[in-house]
Amino acid sequence: MYRYDEYDQAIVDARVAEFKDQVSRRLRNEITEDQFKPLRLMNGLYLQLHAYMLRVAIPYGTLSGTQMRMLAHIARKYDRDYGHFTTRQNIQYNWIKLEQFADLLDDLSKVEMHAFQTSGNCIRNISSDQFAGAAADEIADPRPYAELLRQWSTLHPEFSFLPRKFKIAVIASDTDRAAIQLHDIGLQLRRDATGALGFRVYVGGGMGRTPVIGKVVRDFIPVGQYLSYCEAILRVYNRYGRRDNIYKARIKILVTELGIEEFARQVEAEWAGLAPLGLDAPPAEYERIIAQFGEPDYDRNAPDTLDLSDPDFALWVKQNVAAHKQPGYAIATISLKPRGGIPGDASSAQMDLIADLAERYAHDEIRVTHSQNLVLAHVRKADLYALWTALADADLATPNLDLVSDIIACPGMDYCTLANARSIPIAQKIAAKFEALDTQRDIGELKIKVSGCINGCGHHHAGHIGILGVDKKGEEAYQLLLGGSGAEDTSLAKILGPGFDENGIVDAVDKLIGFYRSARSAPDERFLDTYRRLGPAPFKEAVYG
Amino acid sequence: MDNRMNVADRDGQDQVAVAGAPSPALDDAPAKLRFRDDAPFESPIAPLADFLAGGNFAAVRLEPGDDARALLPHFGRLKLIEVAFPRFRDGRGYSSAAVLRQAGYTGELRAAGDVLVDQLGFMRRVGFDSFAPNAPLNLKVVQATLDRYRYVYMKAADGRTPVWALRHG
Repeated sequence: MYRYDEYDQAIVDARVAEFKDQVSRRLRNEITEDQFKPLRLMNGLYLQLHAYMLRVAIPYGTLSGTQMRMLAHIARKYDRDYGHFTTRQNIQYNWIKLEQFADLLDDLSKVEMHAFQTSGNCIRNISSDQFAGAAADEIADPRPYAELLRQWSTLHPEFSFLPRKFKIAVIASDTDRAAIQLHDIGLQLRRDATGALGFRVYVGGGMGRTPVIGKVVRDFIPVGQYLSYCEAILRVYNRYGRRDNIYKARIKILVTELGIEEFARQVEAEWAGLAPLGLDAPPAEYERIIAQFGEPDYDRNAPDTLDLSDPDFALWVKQNVAAHKQPGYAIATISLKPRGGIPGDASSAQMDLIADLAERYAHDEIRVTHSQNLVLAHVRKADLYALWTALADADLATPNLDLVSDIIACPGMDYCTLANARSIPIAQKIAAKFEALDTQRDIGELKIKVSGCINGCGHHHAGHIGILGVDKKGEEAYQLLLGGSGAEDTSLAKILGPGFDENGIVDAVDKLIGFYRSARSAPDERFLDTYRRLGPAPFKEAVYG
Repeated sequence: MDNRMNVADRDGQDQVAVAGAPSPALDDAPAKLRFRDDAPFESPIAPLADFLAGGNFAAVRLEPGDDARALLPHFGRLKLIEVAFPRFRDGRGYSSAAVLRQAGYTGELRAAGDVLVDQLGFMRRVGFDSFAPNAPLNLKVVQATLDRYRYVYMKAADGRTPVWALRHG
């Protein structure tokens, strides 16, 4: 894991001091709320329905046990004893008091954490693959490149007042666990014909009101030059992205309006001027950062076998444990989608426990996934049973990864000022409907994603089944979308037909799943694949017929 | 619930407090908001269209939508480029400044308009060396803001050494 040096710490400390000063000037009325708003947003502080919400950055979703324990402490001391892990691998607290905020930032900075650029019209926290460093199919660990992007984008003087927010994701496998084609910039580490490392660069993806799949703006940029290349993209966007309409201000609109060829031409022209300026970090800096993400100290003699005689454990292993590149090791996903729970929520006690378990069994590393679960990436197979036992005691071992109850849901109208409808109860009702694990396993991989408004924080456009809360004459209503994917086979879900009320949408999902189970060509054909094979018509008939 | 009201309540007072506040910094502000040793240039500042139309101007004003690169052939006769910030949230002027400095412009580069103290650090980094804010700035806060960051992560027009260079000598 990356550890701060004196420079990183000094910058974080200065940033905390700066924001404290900004808060105190706000409290003395030296700056207006209008002027203060972008300052607090750039420090992760939102005003929600009931209180301030704070979004703490978890760079590329990786944190240590000590950091997780601090997140538990924050929940306990400043909030209501829980936190909410988000689709961009961060954590949100929903009940923050402004007068305690300075102390909170001090606490965070003690463990090399902060809330910078988790909101606002700037380059946001960089996201990545939760299996980074452990997946067998990766070219290299993508996180050093995400860390370098974090540094490059922190307080970038030219790009702190962009037309709109800007999200970057980095992966290093052909399997996309970070939805890079739905980011403003998506970077995939790869090798060219000569074996040199570089990135395929996607640009202009996004969800929200106008969902767009990112397009390749450059098939290969050498790793040594990706920062200046990103600078070129950002400059074109900052100069020409629309500012007349907040709903048309994301880079995806600019790319769509210009066309990818013209956008690429402008980026290349800009980059031709930027590349010689020495904006890219030198090889020694890459090496310094890469070294900090070095292999954990593996037990080379760890047995590669697993005793699956406990059927409940076997179920969990089958569903929530993935192959690791190191023999004798495995990747364990901790479900934050227990029966009756709120997707992505974890209590202070659960966070403390996960911190302990990470230190004991997982080389002191925890990952947050964009589907709002947690991952222990380096677990000895021999330790899996003990890990599972401890997780199960804390309701953290639900074996439902990627199943129908592993639902992404935004906070919705229970918390958010933007929402038109509640998301959490919909997720809970659907999960309850398919409570039996046998049923869930029979249905197989099915990604349901629920957003409480058109901004799409619940990724409904990327759901195999997407649900969008809307306001219909003052009543909560829900649209039904099918066929989305945020993986390497990215696609956008399409509206199936008229919307429903709260109970109606749950029944509709039930009918969809019933039809799918009768229509799939084989037991292992996924819902998404059946939909792609048959098209929407029979699904529509099943729901509305 | 309480927290939200705190802020909302203060919003009403802002207008009074800020509008009626004394401006002790106003008198000496212009001098202190210029970070150049040469004499201030005082002459008419032409809008870009007029400047490009061929008038005998040595100073030009760029609006957010203007293409700063239109000035590249004219650096030789320019003493002042003023970049307008009609709204502080509109960040196009930062790129205008960066483009001009990158192209080798060394004359005065002024940010004018809705220029707030919390933007000054960024503005200095992209190459602005004078400021004409609509509302007076508290010079103590200005100084504290500009002194805030001992280290920076990335290269920019101000020539400061990024931490990756400090790390590797």
